Order: sequence, then C-alpha cells, then structure tokens
Amino acid sequence: MSVEVELRELVPRTLSVLVRRGADFATAEDAVQEAMIRALAAWANEVPSDPGGWLVTVAWRAFLDLSRSSASRRLREQRFDREPDTGATPSADDSLQLYFLCAHPDLTPSSAVALTLRAVGGLTTRQIAAAYLVPEPTMAQRISRAKRTIGERGLDRPGDVRTVMRVLYLVFNEGYSGDVDLAAEAIRLTRQLAALADVPEVDGLLALMLLHHARRRSRTGPDGRLVPLADQDRSQWDTALVAEGVAVLQTALARDQLGEYQAQAAIAALHADAPSVEETDWVQIVEWYDELLRLADTPIVRLNRAVAVGEADGALAGLAALAAVEDGVPRRKAVAAHLHERNGDLELAARLYAQAAHDAPNLPEREHQTRQAARVNALLRGGAGSA
Amino acid sequence: MAKYLLLKHYRGAPAPENDVPMDRWTPEEFDAHVRFMRDFGARLEDTGEFVDAQALAPDGMWVRYDGEGKPPVTDGPFAETKDLIAGWMVIDVDSHERAIELAGELSAAPGANGEPIHEWLEVRPFMAAPPACTE
Repeated sequence: MSVEVELRELVPRTLSVLVRRGADFATAEDAVQEAMIRALAAWANEVPSDPGGWLVTVAWRAFLDLSRSSASRRLREQRFDREPDTGATPSADDSLQLYFLCAHPDLTPSSAVALTLRAVGGLTTRQIAAAYLVPEPTMAQRISRAKRTIGERGLDRPGDVRTVMRVLYLVFNEGYSGDVDLAAEAIRLTRQLAALADVPEVDGLLALMLLHHARRRSRTGPDGRLVPLADQDRSQWDTALVAEGVAVLQTALARDQLGEYQAQAAIAALHADAPSVEETDWVQIVEWYDELLRLADTPIVRLNRAVAVGEADGALAGLAALAAVEDGVPRRKAVAAHLHERNGDLELAARLYAQAAHDAPNLPEREHQTRQAARVNALLRGGAGSA
Repeated sequence: MAKYLLLKHYRGAPAPENDVPMDRWTPEEFDAHVRFMRDFGARLEDTGEFVDAQALAPDGMWVRYDGEGKPPVTDGPFAETKDLIAGWMVIDVDSHERAIELAGELSAAPGANGEPIHEWLEVRPFMAAPPACTE
C-alpha cells in the first residue's frame, strides 16, 4: 500500500475523533483535509511511528486554528480551552455515521459523491476535481455547499446504508480519469463499509465491483477501443479478484437476504466463470435476471435480460423479450442490431447499428457501433469485413 | 501565443470531397481514421499546442426564457437544416499560419478508400485577454 492510501485509510477515524471531541462536522472536515495535505508533505521522507495519533494531533490543531480565526472566537475558546479528552476513541458506529452523513438524502448525487470522496475517502479537492474534469474552485464550492446542507438539516434524518451504496456505485462507474483510480477507490471504500456494516447487500456490492474490476484490463483494446464481453481476452481477467468476488458473494448469498447487488454480482460471477461466451451458463443467467426483475423491474434489467435470452434460447426469443423494452431506452438499438444480425437480417442490423452509433452516449461506444455498422455493411457488399 | 477553435460540423459545412458516411467505410478504413484522430491529438500535446478536444452528441434543442414564473420554452430536436456542430479542438499556437496549417492537417484525416476526407473545418480565433502593456 502506498503512503497516500495508508494515510487515507486513517481519514474517517480521524474525522470521527474530532467530531467526538465536539468539533462541528464542517470545520472538522476542513481540518482533517488540512492535516492530510500536511501529512502528504511530511510523510514523504519518513512515516511517523504512530500515524493515527500524528494525524489526530495535527488535525485537532488545525481545527483550533480554523475555529479561532472565525467570528465566534470567544465562544469556541470557552468550549475548547480544556484539554481534549484523549480517551474518546470512535467506534465503528461513528465511522458508519460518517458514511451516512456524506450520503445524506438531501444531497444531490454529485454532492454526495464529492463529499464522500473527501470526508471518507480522504482525497484532496484537487484530486476529486481532476477525476471529474471540473475546475478545482467548482469542486471546492460543491463540497462546501454539501457541508452546509447537512449542517442545516443534518443529523435528524441521516442517510442509510442504501444511499451510501448508491453513492459508492456511482463512484465505481465513473471509472478512471486523471491520476485517481475511482473504481479502485470505490472498492476500497466499499470494503471499509462492509467491515463496518453487517449487511449482505454491501457484500453483494463489493462482489459486483470486484468481479467487474477483474475484467477491466480486457475491456479496452490497446488503441483505446471498447471490447465487448464476447470478444474479451479472458486470459487477461484477474483471477485473484474473481476468486475474491465469488467468495464474498457466496458468503452473502448464504445469508438468504437477496438484493439487487447480490443478483447482479451473481450474473457477473457466471460470466467470470465461463471459459468462453459459448460456454456461458446463459440459462442460469436468465434465471438471475428474472430474479432481478422481481427485485427491481427497470428497463435496463429488461434490456440485459433480452440479451441473455437471445443467447440462451436464440435470437428470435431475444427479440420477443426485447419487445417488452420501450423505445428510447439507452442501448436498446444496439441490442436490437445484435439480435437481428444473429437472426440473419443484415440490412436491418446495419441500419440499427448506425442508429445506435448516432444515439451513443460516449465516444468509445459510438466508435464501436459505427465499426459494427461498417462491418455488417461490408458483409452485405460481399467484402471480407472483420470485427 | 494565440488560441484557435477548430470546429467540426455534422451539418452545415460545405460538402467534403470524399463524402461517404462512416458506416459505409470498411472497418479497416474506420480504424485508420480513429487512429489518425488520436495520433493527431497526441502529437499536438507533444508540441505543446494542445488545449482541449470535445465531441458533442448530435441531439439538442433551442431554449429561451418565457417570462416570470413560466418554465423556459424549448424547441427541438433540431430541424434537419440546422447547422450542427460535432465537436471541437482548441489549440494554442504561435501564429495564424500555424493554426491554418494544423487545420489543414486535421482535414486530411483518412476516410473511404483510405483517401483524405478533405473535410471543411471552421477556424475561429479566440478573443484574447487585453495585453498588460498598451504603449
């Protein structure tokens, strides 16, 4: 583990200590950030013997400085002029409360994400700004507004583990840009959450992330192009991550409290388990999608189920399942194109691939669908198109 | 140094010489095009002239204020005749000549039959900040 990651592990605990000692959340969070930045500089040469104690001491001093420099100086000095109670160590519940607070239901998703990455993840504002491709002052404003919101409405109605999971899932899906690996960061935070909260769905989410992360290297080609599951080089999948994901999932499933994340992870595990797309247990995957539909009937689940049905029972069955998905659902045209191609209707498939390219929400996907359209059109001309 | 915007259009630019829609190229021709675009951006980063590049989705709408207490008026999707921007590249270069030179190179991106597309690109100088020394 790098010094930076090791340092960031200490952040939620440090913040909990400060709040325990009576610091208000917003100022305490600024103080911990200040201590983080000082630690990054100071620890580059030598890590102190008691890193946790070092961080608490520096953060506490930073908190006092921040408090003294503010308007209500006298009041605060009265409150804090006694030595802090060093025996006040935070419990796991304190850290869990931090997670809940940062994913407060009154926060917009982008604010909850930013605050979680800073207050629980220990990332600097600059790093978070770079990861989301916005200017640093913009991100700083987003974070301080988020803190104001929870300061005002705060603690009477904190979030719960479901809102936290949604935030972590959003972070995971953002993937990778800038020097921070958001997917890896989401996994780290979900691990922490799983250790704090005894909830099978959190383990399901962790398993889902691990199983998807295991395939990451094979998802993009050397030239940055998107490689669909069927074409991925499965020898590149990270078998250690797959094994861990499967183990975490099995433990969760054994507790018999099924939820969406566990069901999605079960599907990911079946893919991870298959040596090739043909040897995938599509019948069981369809069963898991049926389970998912019972838990949460969304257009995305119906769409993915249609893909699985197409593999399990043939393209016509897939197209029949697709009829239950309304037009306008993202990627519906891409799925329709694939199923029509497998059904032998190349002209319709080529047209749908071109439309899917037009509707694509990002460049790699647009390029992928355009390439598909070009490939099928080449087949129609009788040329030798390659995938 | 001066900044220039190189604008690429879905619609509205004069028709290029090699005017074949992308999905009618061979997959190899398409790959060559994508490679060219990526390499072009990377080369400008190397020369210290790259600022930004973004692509826009083809869908959009007009929006305007409709008075106090009313929701904004929207009009869309765009009519087929509307000039439509596909994306841009911002460069920071030493001269106007250099901006034109680079736009010309970008317009040579390969298309059908591996031949340059000769796509028309719009080149727009940025309004710069006023200079510190004015006399």
